Amino acid sequence: MTNAVRFLLNDEEITLTQFDPNLTVLHYLREIRQHSGSKEGCASGDCGACTVVLAELSENLQTLHYKSINACISFIGSLHGKQLITVEHLKPQACAANSSKPKQEQLHSVQQAFVDNHASQCGFCTPGFVMSSFALVKQKEQQKKQQQAQNSSAQNISRQDVEHALAGNLCRCTGYKSIIEAAISATNDVEVDKFSQNEQQTIASLQGINLAESLNLVSDNHHYFAPKSANELAQLLLEHPNATLVAGGTDLALLVTQQGKSFEPLVYLGNVAELKQLSQSKEQISIGAAVPYSQFTYLFEKPFPELAKMILRIGSTQIRNLGTLGGNIGNASPIGDMPPALIALSATMTLQKGANKRKIAVEDYFKDYKVTDLAESEFIKNITIPTLNENQQCKVYKISKRLDDDISAVLAAFCVELTPQAQSVASSTNNKPQIKSIKIAFGGMAAIPKRALLCEQALLGKTWQQSSIDAAKQALLKDFQPMSDVRASSEYRLMVAQNLLQKCFIELTNGVYDQKQVIATQVIDHA
Amino acid sequence: MRNLTNVSHKDKPLKIEGVGANKKHESAVQHVTGAALYIDDKVEVKGQLHAAIGKSAYAHAKITHIDLSAVKVAQGVVAVITVNDVPGQIDIGPVFKGDPVLAPIDAYVANSGVVEYVGQPIFAVAATTHELAKKAVLLAKIQYQALTPVLTVKEALAQQSFVRPPFSMQRGDAISAINNAKHQLQGEISIGGQEHFYLEGQISSVEPTEEGGMLVYSSSQHPSEVQKLVAEVLDIPLNKVIVDTRRMGGGFGGKETNAAPWACIAAILADKVNKPVKLRLSRVDDMEMTGKRHPFENNYHIGFDNEGLIKGANITVNGNCGFSPDLSDAIVDRAMFHSDNAYYLEQALVTGNRCKTNTVSHTAFRGFGGPQGMMTIEMAMDDIARYLGKDPLEIRKLNLYQQNERNTTHYHQKVEHNNLAEIIEQLEQSSDYQQRRQQITEFNQNSPILKKGIALTPVKFGISFTVQHLNQAGALVHIYTDGTIHLNHGGTEMGQGLFTKVAQIVAQEFQVSSDTVGVSATRTDKVPNTSPTAASSGTDLNGKAAQNAAKTIKQRLIAFAVEHFSITAEQVKFIENRVQLGEKELSFAEFVQLAYMNRVSLSATGFYKTPKIHFDRQTAKGRPFFYYANGAAVSEVIIDTLTGEYKLLRTDILQDVGASLNPAIDKGQIEGGFVQGLGWLTTEELVWNEKGRLLSNNPATYKIPAITDIPADFRVELLKDDPNREQTIYNSKAVGEPPFMLAISVWSALRDAIASVGDYKMSPQLDTPATPERILFAVMKVQQECSLKKLVKDS
Repeated sequence: MTNAVRFLLNDEEITLTQFDPNLTVLHYLREIRQHSGSKEGCASGDCGACTVVLAELSENLQTLHYKSINACISFIGSLHGKQLITVEHLKPQACAANSSKPKQEQLHSVQQAFVDNHASQCGFCTPGFVMSSFALVKQKEQQKKQQQAQNSSAQNISRQDVEHALAGNLCRCTGYKSIIEAAISATNDVEVDKFSQNEQQTIASLQGINLAESLNLVSDNHHYFAPKSANELAQLLLEHPNATLVAGGTDLALLVTQQGKSFEPLVYLGNVAELKQLSQSKEQISIGAAVPYSQFTYLFEKPFPELAKMILRIGSTQIRNLGTLGGNIGNASPIGDMPPALIALSATMTLQKGANKRKIAVEDYFKDYKVTDLAESEFIKNITIPTLNENQQCKVYKISKRLDDDISAVLAAFCVELTPQAQSVASSTNNKPQIKSIKIAFGGMAAIPKRALLCEQALLGKTWQQSSIDAAKQALLKDFQPMSDVRASSEYRLMVAQNLLQKCFIELTNGVYDQKQVIATQVIDHA
Repeated sequence: MRNLTNVSHKDKPLKIEGVGANKKHESAVQHVTGAALYIDDKVEVKGQLHAAIGKSAYAHAKITHIDLSAVKVAQGVVAVITVNDVPGQIDIGPVFKGDPVLAPIDAYVANSGVVEYVGQPIFAVAATTHELAKKAVLLAKIQYQALTPVLTVKEALAQQSFVRPPFSMQRGDAISAINNAKHQLQGEISIGGQEHFYLEGQISSVEPTEEGGMLVYSSSQHPSEVQKLVAEVLDIPLNKVIVDTRRMGGGFGGKETNAAPWACIAAILADKVNKPVKLRLSRVDDMEMTGKRHPFENNYHIGFDNEGLIKGANITVNGNCGFSPDLSDAIVDRAMFHSDNAYYLEQALVTGNRCKTNTVSHTAFRGFGGPQGMMTIEMAMDDIARYLGKDPLEIRKLNLYQQNERNTTHYHQKVEHNNLAEIIEQLEQSSDYQQRRQQITEFNQNSPILKKGIALTPVKFGISFTVQHLNQAGALVHIYTDGTIHLNHGGTEMGQGLFTKVAQIVAQEFQVSSDTVGVSATRTDKVPNTSPTAASSGTDLNGKAAQNAAKTIKQRLIAFAVEHFSITAEQVKFIENRVQLGEKELSFAEFVQLAYMNRVSLSATGFYKTPKIHFDRQTAKGRPFFYYANGAAVSEVIIDTLTGEYKLLRTDILQDVGASLNPAIDKGQIEGGFVQGLGWLTTEELVWNEKGRLLSNNPATYKIPAITDIPADFRVELLKDDPNREQTIYNSKAVGEPPFMLAISVWSALRDAIASVGDYKMSPQLDTPATPERILFAVMKVQQECSLKKLVKDS
């Protein structure tokens, strides 16, 4: 057991033994360390002006992985064992004073690209954009290294890569065009920067931080724990039944920054080995509750490609680098994006309390608005999603005002199993498939993520045709009485829910009867 | 100075990067390294306190009891103030009275104890940290007696609840012209407001000075007004207050008047405890407490002929001004001035109402009412086209102001040097409008769910403050003995590149590298009595003033050279960091040193006032604008008729910036302005609940465009070879606001896509912002009307 949070702030080794576990990384940087390059634009993880980069050791402890995060909603304890890189640190080390050049500023290639492309105006968001782009450059570099090792050709960065990396950074001045150009040119113009040069040294410094032991910071004022195993966590929660659990913290930190709340004891889940495990087989994928989205999304790509696309619209890269599946379920928001999909896919979850483990359907976890089946001292260990059989198909739709980094007005998930089709069927009614099983779940339509049971009933065993869908749409109106709020009216929610069923029908029918007859249904290429 | 700096005789191999160069923003390197200091980044001074504000929970209520005892004893609290602690004037309204710095809760104040919007500041706290100040304000116990709020334009109109009297402009007899026209149409539209969402929120940091004054750092577009108001609330003379603004993290009009209250409140607190106080609004406080773009509810009644030519127009614009006048008189005026946009309204009557509601007082925002004014006539253009079964572009082109006739506005200004027909022609060609129109029609016939739309819309935007006296500016230029130049002027830098452009202008005058022109924070003790940096006027005004100062020094230098070297003035030439003096040649710095040694003044002020402009509000006639900045955009969209979701596929822009001072900066303004306009018309939705509380009060609920919202294909060009015919600075044109309104092309394209659902026979109603919800309901309405028509036909 160790009693200090240790990390690298740029190249400086930091050891903290006394601190408020609710201290955010941004507050630490700006107020305590006077590093004012990272800005506060919203203090809620929505604007990205505070973006900093974490370099973390890979599992084998031999390489570094770079990721962007929002400093404003990250707690200081989560830095343990990592390098925190801020915008001030990006420039190359100052050259020796004998330089004959005038005092021209040396910049990192990412910074230079932003200057050259006129990609800053007021400049307030710029440090965040630079840091998000820097993380992308480093990731690309790493991919290239891996690909070279495998002798496959390295891909340059695309506009889409840039959009994914920067969708969590808001700029009110430039209109983004120059920023996209800067980021693309920066990523395609990678030079060996000081981070690559110093990589072994950084790895050695991070290895020197004792990562094997749990953290236990108990002082007169503060209680912070970061256990390493599920059993240790279980024991802690028995001892501190009122402790608050935090994984990515992207939701919890808002209560601190927006409502002035404070949480202690605070238990950090990011180091619990069992909660960080991923596994996949033909039958299922299993995701540890504390694995961030950015680390598990790839598991969905083959079995659930549409869901994988939707995940890219949850929050932003910064949020997905922190946020976890356990958190998305655990906080029981009626507008969390994963629960409806997990419910439709009949996912289950393992909960643990003390030494007792139990398995429940994700659907049964949600009892009422923010009320769950989780018992005192119990925690979510992992989530298991069965893969689809050959006749099952899954469709997920996210409806929001803005394409990226927005909370859903409605999220719809359909899992449809149709009876197998004979080859080359004509479009006669007799040959249309039957609905063998169906699960439909919605977010944003009720106080909890919820199945549309009447709608399902209206479809089960019926022929997969328009008249069945029409009847099911009527049934859907009885399933939900959604509320009107800032994101959408009740009328829109109901209407769009019905239309998404229609869309699901069109998309699953597209090309089935006539390969030439494919109706375009997507204005955007992801969810 | 006994000794002068050693300077080189050799040419400096530096580029001039004067007027017309794509010079980098003066702070670009500081921006990317995090070295650029915003007010909250400055190192705190000894004894620094932090302020927070206690705000009204009601839209309209009488405060019956206020108990701040718990606030006063809260941890870290040093001072608590209410309106009773204001030493001087309480009202900080910029033009008209109506904006108390803190809500009046004292018996001797008129309308005492009444709060008029949710979020109105009632008291303020100074504490040892920002967090403690924020926590302390939550401890106040305030009891209210609710009064009935006015929350909508319709309620305000019904009750004749206005912040300023209505006003009309007219030419001819619109009503008769409409009635006598072959066809008539009417329509109405509700246009949403807009949160500025400058990334740097409102902030002010003040330090008491030894002579009883105040040094104020303010993120403000109008330091001189902050100076005046701080002096007034403290009841001290203006010469004891200095306001310093190095840069803002975005302004967009939101820091024109709305930056002042926080400076005033910080100053009152600082004055009370004689300590430095910083007041930074949290994002939620900022969104609840500061004014937004005015929501408008407009309507039109027009008459037109078979071709679609407008014969008469009666347009009413109703601005939702919030609880106080602020700048609303001028904003609604500008909406009226732009109710014609680019079109000749043969006989016109334009009326503007300034509705008083119990919301925050709406304020300046890029375009200043102009965008809301233009929407109505652009809506009418689409509506006429649908009615006559024509392409809306045809109607737009037909109604454009002409060169030699049909060129007078409804406020009797002649539209001169009008190049809009040419701009539209060029853009129509370069964007393949006609071909794409055909392709879209075909696409829509074969696509039952997804529909595409396209629209080309023009913008004609009047340049000048419509309040005449604001059209003036001052500058201060020094040359030091190493040949470097110090530049200061009354304009503020909010990211628009003003400092860069003005430095280029000064560099151009002396033909020295613009890097040797050092820009400096706007300060009221350097250049006094300045106008706000607003109305797209920053470069026009301050560029001219700085040029004037530079010319003054240049004339002195030339006069000195003529005498000293016995040459003619023509023989003195400033070329690439050097000065030719007849046969002789010196580096600029050497020449400056020589002038210094010969006791020539190397510092000068400059001044400029815009010529030609005048407007008589009594007769509603005049020339309020020095010139017009024109442009046009074509946008293509695709919508999903099942969900209302949409994607902007392509936008082509052609903007007239005259002879560009800096094409890179100008393009940045055009792209940024367009995308901001796009947000206003699509994703950015302000939602107030039935009690007048703003529900969209943070970036999780209020969505400005993100990187994936911009056009997938975005082409921006500047109109070539068309310098401003008016004598503006190097014949450039203003660029700050005009491109904002190019986004109307997106809204019109969305309507086009929706209209396709009804085979272009109906003109769909589409209020803004056009969220997926509004688009879906608009689609459904067209579908319903179609099936209704079909039903009637079939029966």
